[in-house]
Amino acid sequence: MASLEISEGVPLSVRLLANLRRFFRWLTTPHVLLSLIMLVVLYYMVVIPLYRMVSTTLTWQPRDLINTPGAVVGEFTLFHYIRMLTGPLGKIYLQTPLGHSFTVSIGATLLSLLIGGSLAWLVIRTDMPGRKVVNQLALIPYIMPSWTLAQAWLVFFKSTSFSGGTPGLYEFLVGQAPPTWLSYGPVPIIICSALHYYTFFFLFVSAALMSIDSSLEEAGELMGASRWRILRKITLPLVVPAILSGFIMTFSKVLGTFGGPNILGTPVRYYVVATMIRGSMGVGDKADGFVLAIVLIMFSVITIWINQKLIGTRKSYETIGGRGFMAQLSKLGMMKRAMFVAAIIFQILVIVVPLGLLIWSSLMLQDGNYSMDNLSLQHWIGERGTIYNHGEPGVLRNPKIYQTAWNSIRLSLWTAFFTALLGVLLGYAIVKGRGTRLSKLVEQLAYIPYVIPGIAFGAVYIAMFIKPLGPIPALYGTFALLVVVSVAKHIPYSSRSGVSAMMQVGRELEEAAAVSGADVWQRFRRVIFPLTSSGFVAGFLLTFITTMRELSLIILLVTPQTQVLASQTMFYIENGDGQMANIVILILIGLTLIGNTIIGRFRGGSLKKGLGM
Amino acid sequence: MSTTITIKNLTKRFGDVAAVNNVSLTVEPGSFLTLLGPSGCGKTTLLRCIAGLEDPNEGEICVGDKLVFSSSRGISLPPGQRDLGLVFQNYALWPHMKVDKNITFALEIRKMPKEEMKKRVKDSLAEVQMEGFEDRYPREMSGGQQQRIALARMLAYRPKVFLMDEPLSNLDARLRMDMRTELKRLHHISGATTIYVTHDQVEALTMSTNIAVMKFGVIQQMASPDRVYHFPANLFVADFIGNPKVNLLEGCINGSNAVQVGDFEIRMDTHSARGDAVVAVRPEDIVVAAQPEPGTIEFTAYSVLPAGADSTIVARRGETEITVKVMGISKIKMDQKIWLKFNSDTLNLYDKESGNLVAAS
Repeated sequence: MASLEISEGVPLSVRLLANLRRFFRWLTTPHVLLSLIMLVVLYYMVVIPLYRMVSTTLTWQPRDLINTPGAVVGEFTLFHYIRMLTGPLGKIYLQTPLGHSFTVSIGATLLSLLIGGSLAWLVIRTDMPGRKVVNQLALIPYIMPSWTLAQAWLVFFKSTSFSGGTPGLYEFLVGQAPPTWLSYGPVPIIICSALHYYTFFFLFVSAALMSIDSSLEEAGELMGASRWRILRKITLPLVVPAILSGFIMTFSKVLGTFGGPNILGTPVRYYVVATMIRGSMGVGDKADGFVLAIVLIMFSVITIWINQKLIGTRKSYETIGGRGFMAQLSKLGMMKRAMFVAAIIFQILVIVVPLGLLIWSSLMLQDGNYSMDNLSLQHWIGERGTIYNHGEPGVLRNPKIYQTAWNSIRLSLWTAFFTALLGVLLGYAIVKGRGTRLSKLVEQLAYIPYVIPGIAFGAVYIAMFIKPLGPIPALYGTFALLVVVSVAKHIPYSSRSGVSAMMQVGRELEEAAAVSGADVWQRFRRVIFPLTSSGFVAGFLLTFITTMRELSLIILLVTPQTQVLASQTMFYIENGDGQMANIVILILIGLTLIGNTIIGRFRGGSLKKGLGM
Repeated sequence: MSTTITIKNLTKRFGDVAAVNNVSLTVEPGSFLTLLGPSGCGKTTLLRCIAGLEDPNEGEICVGDKLVFSSSRGISLPPGQRDLGLVFQNYALWPHMKVDKNITFALEIRKMPKEEMKKRVKDSLAEVQMEGFEDRYPREMSGGQQQRIALARMLAYRPKVFLMDEPLSNLDARLRMDMRTELKRLHHISGATTIYVTHDQVEALTMSTNIAVMKFGVIQQMASPDRVYHFPANLFVADFIGNPKVNLLEGCINGSNAVQVGDFEIRMDTHSARGDAVVAVRPEDIVVAAQPEPGTIEFTAYSVLPAGADSTIVARRGETEITVKVMGISKIKMDQKIWLKFNSDTLNLYDKESGNLVAAS
């Protein structure tokens, strides 16, 4: 940039003017200007909330005056950390839940790896029949909200011996309550989370397997290695980066997930950090909740840091997308058919059976009575003021649900729009500024939300926008806040897909336009945007879907007026109206599936792209 | 009508590295200047500075009488206002536009009337012999065709200066030959001042009116192809230009207009220089004889490589290895004794320490 060492003899005024011009030119360079704007946006959306959160935990809060007379609100203290991390309270609030969180996350991640990895191998590298079908169905569980399976699990395994409520299908059929460990706690949480999140492994590992040149494996085969040995010694090491990436992504996702643990853990007081944060926030202990959120963030950061150390770069999984080798398929021989049947049965178990259970449950007049004469549409289209569901009318006649559904759609549309727009702008700013410190700063800031687990991110946003902040009015309790938090959480994904879309537009294409005399706007409108538009549309639709079923992120921020379908299900469940919740889940899945069908119609749109691969 | 380009003390740094280091040069109107050098020598950066795609740190650039860049005055015109056209190495045709749209893009920006635009598309396509390709998308054409369209796109808006950044490097050898012919013809007809970047010395020698050989961001020599080839300013230029490579024989000037190389002596005008020196002699300037003659030096044919029109002989004497190029298929056998004769007119003498040309005989 500007350098002041100019030959002597040039008058000061000329030098000043020259430097001024140079500065102005630097400032009006499109990618610089855009980077600066993005910095402001990221500053408000990411930096300030984090700062507010940390500072809240380090100062006395008005609430603390009850226990600690003499404390001065706003002064520095480690009180919250000492309280939450040590002593008997620390054990209840943090140590035990943290242990649970780890048990659940590691368990779910390992199970995901097993499921996702084997499915990927079957689909990509074997001659199993029906691979296409299996491939397509494998992604469905990820499209459904993460707590769908948890809710379906309860429909089947709910135990009267424990909760005293209505029996699940298992108890109805067997005549005996299932053991508590099977109904609630870590085992079902791990299973249900894994059956949702295995899709990451599936996608990562399939991409990696696709990019492996099968001649590497053939070389091993020629040297006389057995198939198992080849898999272990050649194939596995080559997909290790993909597995590690999947591991990190799944681990940090499960760590921040609220829905499943809340449904399956809370009834037996099996708390994880995510549910604990909600508990603390619920009783108004913001500072304590934030301490938990910070701990969660720390662990997430550490995992990602380890990942970087292990594979060298945090973006390593971006590089595994390349395909282009004709892979020689492994012959399964006799096992061919058996494998296919097993895969299909698995998919029926995780897709059809849970949905069937939810539908059946929603059609029972009285919960837990599985006889045919108990079937009713009461919960769907029943009158107001019955003894069911605290007098609420059936879902389809319930204006509240329509409002909530509309909120969901509205939220998803706005989020998708802003996310896709930010993606293009961030992509442009980062790619065009490649190599400059400004670009690096933007890219790094944009990455921060990635390391913050969903529920913690929601917590971060409570800390902010309670009071007006600079040009931004107080947003707490507003719909706009939900949009802002959803957009902010999507920034890492949008910037990454924006960057990869922009990378595909060679810089010469814009330079050629510049040399031809096109100004910034003409370049953007006629060259850059047309070439990135398919990425924009794909990003839009994918964000639409993920926002639609997002719960952990917004559960702390919704109010009765801004309720969305995802949070509504949770409130119904907590209220004891599980059947209403099931109907809302079904509606949610319906809306998401519609979105997914639309994605399929657009060129280049796929779940994979949305994950930034 | 042609334009002069003047560059004064231009420096462009990337971090601590000066990709272009205090370069000054003048491109005469209507000339064809080639920036030649190995990759990383700063030739492309210099071109991009002229085009306005990079902002230099210091210096001045004038296109015609227009000051387009000046660090001391803080001026840097955007590329579109510099009256120049650029052909990129990878063509950079906009993939979402058909050929005609690619060509009219710049014309639309200049708000040209529709009729005129149509005429320009037709004319420029004719100039590159691509009539009838208006409705193709770039991906529907071969590399050579895309390159022609990229050329037509530049010709259509008639910039005063043509800039070309290794435009032929992505083409296969045969096509490259054809395009060289076309490009030289195009320059001949249009007479536009042209700056051409390449790492291919043959391209530089065949097409240019002037060659600027670059290394480490500094111009080593700027002269006509003939001078650059026959009187390289320093060892780098001598070594870089020519195929097979020039023979560089290290030796010592022994005072009597002769250079001692190993156990033999090469007679030449040493211009009263002294000390360690390097004699450069082009492979084709050495005469080979199968019998001893006066003034020849005995060598052994280490390897003989006939290639149709000419043959390359690698000859050895002790530590010294010399490459010789002779016309036609050589009759010389491997390990045969041969006698080489150096023509003192064709020898260049370089100071060993500085690497600079001391004497041109």
